[in-house]
Amino acid sequence: MLGLGLRQLPPEHYGFAKIVGHAQNAPSAITQSQCKPEAGYEPENLREAMSAVIEVRNLAKKFDKATAVEDISFTIEKGEFVGLLGQNGAGKSTTIQILLGLITPTSGDVRIFGYSPWKERVKVLERSNFSSAYVAMPPNLQVRENLEVFARLYGVRNRSRKIDELLSLFAVDHLARKMTGALSSGESTRVNLCKALLNDPELLLLDEPTASLDPDIADKVRGLLRQIQKERGLTVVYTSHNMTDVEELCHRVLFLHRGRIIAQGTPGEIVENLGESSLEEVFIAIARDTLKVAPGPSSVPGTAPDVAQASTSARNDGESKSEDASVEISGRPGREKEELC
Amino acid sequence: MLTVRPDRVAGLCYRYYLVLSRSSFRVMDIVFWPVMDLLVWGFVSNYFSSLGGSAPQAVTFLVGGIIFFNVLYRAQQSISVSFLEDLWSRNLLSIFVSPITVAEFVSATYVVGVAQALAVTLIMSVMAAFLYAFNMLSLSWYLIPLFVNLLVMGWWLGLGTTALILRYGYQAEALAWAVPFLLQPICAVFYPVSVLPAWLQSVAWFVPATHVFEGMRHILSGGNQCAVYLIKASLLNVLYWVATTIFFGAMINRARERGSLAKIVT
Repeated sequence: MLGLGLRQLPPEHYGFAKIVGHAQNAPSAITQSQCKPEAGYEPENLREAMSAVIEVRNLAKKFDKATAVEDISFTIEKGEFVGLLGQNGAGKSTTIQILLGLITPTSGDVRIFGYSPWKERVKVLERSNFSSAYVAMPPNLQVRENLEVFARLYGVRNRSRKIDELLSLFAVDHLARKMTGALSSGESTRVNLCKALLNDPELLLLDEPTASLDPDIADKVRGLLRQIQKERGLTVVYTSHNMTDVEELCHRVLFLHRGRIIAQGTPGEIVENLGESSLEEVFIAIARDTLKVAPGPSSVPGTAPDVAQASTSARNDGESKSEDASVEISGRPGREKEELC
Repeated sequence: MLTVRPDRVAGLCYRYYLVLSRSSFRVMDIVFWPVMDLLVWGFVSNYFSSLGGSAPQAVTFLVGGIIFFNVLYRAQQSISVSFLEDLWSRNLLSIFVSPITVAEFVSATYVVGVAQALAVTLIMSVMAAFLYAFNMLSLSWYLIPLFVNLLVMGWWLGLGTTALILRYGYQAEALAWAVPFLLQPICAVFYPVSVLPAWLQSVAWFVPATHVFEGMRHILSGGNQCAVYLIKASLLNVLYWVATTIFFGAMINRARERGSLAKIVT
């Protein structure tokens, strides 16, 4: 409900400036030239035909004898805001790190914009960005200097104008000359988000961006993220332990448990289908293996449901809930392996 | 991995410049210890000379040795300590998830190493000229290949040290400072190789810096046949540089496979 209310408010309500001049710059689609493949890597016509931003197929990651991710598959399409949920050790960090090219999988395949994130990482990372509450920038540099450095690393043109624009957007322009190490958590989060948008990414990976923020700032950040995502058609993958974040922002949620996707769908549908009263209750029930509705048989283990249908209708509505969206519930309660990362 | 775009390398170098210029302690670390080394060793050798020993060139050899050793040390430190500083400031993840290739990351640290080594050499040379009447330019054109060989050795030592930190994590960070000093007694910085025990001499000749320091002493004592030392040092450096580059690449891949890259940078 809070999410619906906020969506109807103008951006200024969140305490941030209105976005100017970005939507028209944002790529409207993944074009053929953008998806130009490496020779011999994949059939040309297959890559051209792909519209998904992220395609994960039968992904598995084992560390020695422990399994962190086991046979997960999902597709994330352009413009989707997808939450990756699960308790600590569920496999979401490993999945994000594989998407970022920091970890190579044991088996399975990942394609981002049609490219492998570890074999063709530069092509992926030029069009993506990442922000986390747990990542910092050199503390003894001014905010503006740090952003200037990252703008250079991402090859941003008109760096100064771009930085001004983002600082203003996140209402942190007054911090431009402040040392990064002297920022509060809320300020630091917003500066990190400025960094994450420097290259006008098509894909944004956010790892608990509202962690350690007070409710007011967290609300402002959520409002702004929703606004930016909508105006730019950004694809966002979002991890959080804050279910308010997820319910407000995400078109779709992937619930991970012991390395497997055990439920996916819109937040409302997951709550309804699992017979709980809120997403937080679902989270707790999954963590404690006390779901009221037993995990049903999976159509094909690890296979995503009709994601395109779910996401398209979610986007068309501009709402988190979609009546057309399907929910898959699957799982292996007896599985005892824990992930390492 | 081998793609190197100059603009991105320049971006990283700009960051190192900013970080360094904002940290008076780091600047002091780079300048303070070499200057202290120079003062202590220079005055000690002055003292020994005043005792009327049979080594009139002791000051020259020791001062030349300490200046050249700092070239190696600075080049090595610029790579391994820069890596550690990024780790400590939790900034490495932002770098590794930006479109920076490993080759660009390493290249930037090489450039920083050159800048630091040049700055330290300049400062120490000027001080040595005033305090001990030591003229670095007396090495004539040999100064350049001697300097370059020590620089390259510092690079591959730094790369190797960083690879070990990637492999063993924070517990290996002391290596960033220890490795050059582990080699110092072997590579005959302050004395001729002939001083070492026979078995250690055999080991010493496999270290490029040994040839550089022997070559330096040869020139400073009036010789002009330094080419053999330079050729041997260069060949060894190329060999070790290639080997440590392969080792570093293997450790990066291993860290990606085992998840330790993600662990160490977050």
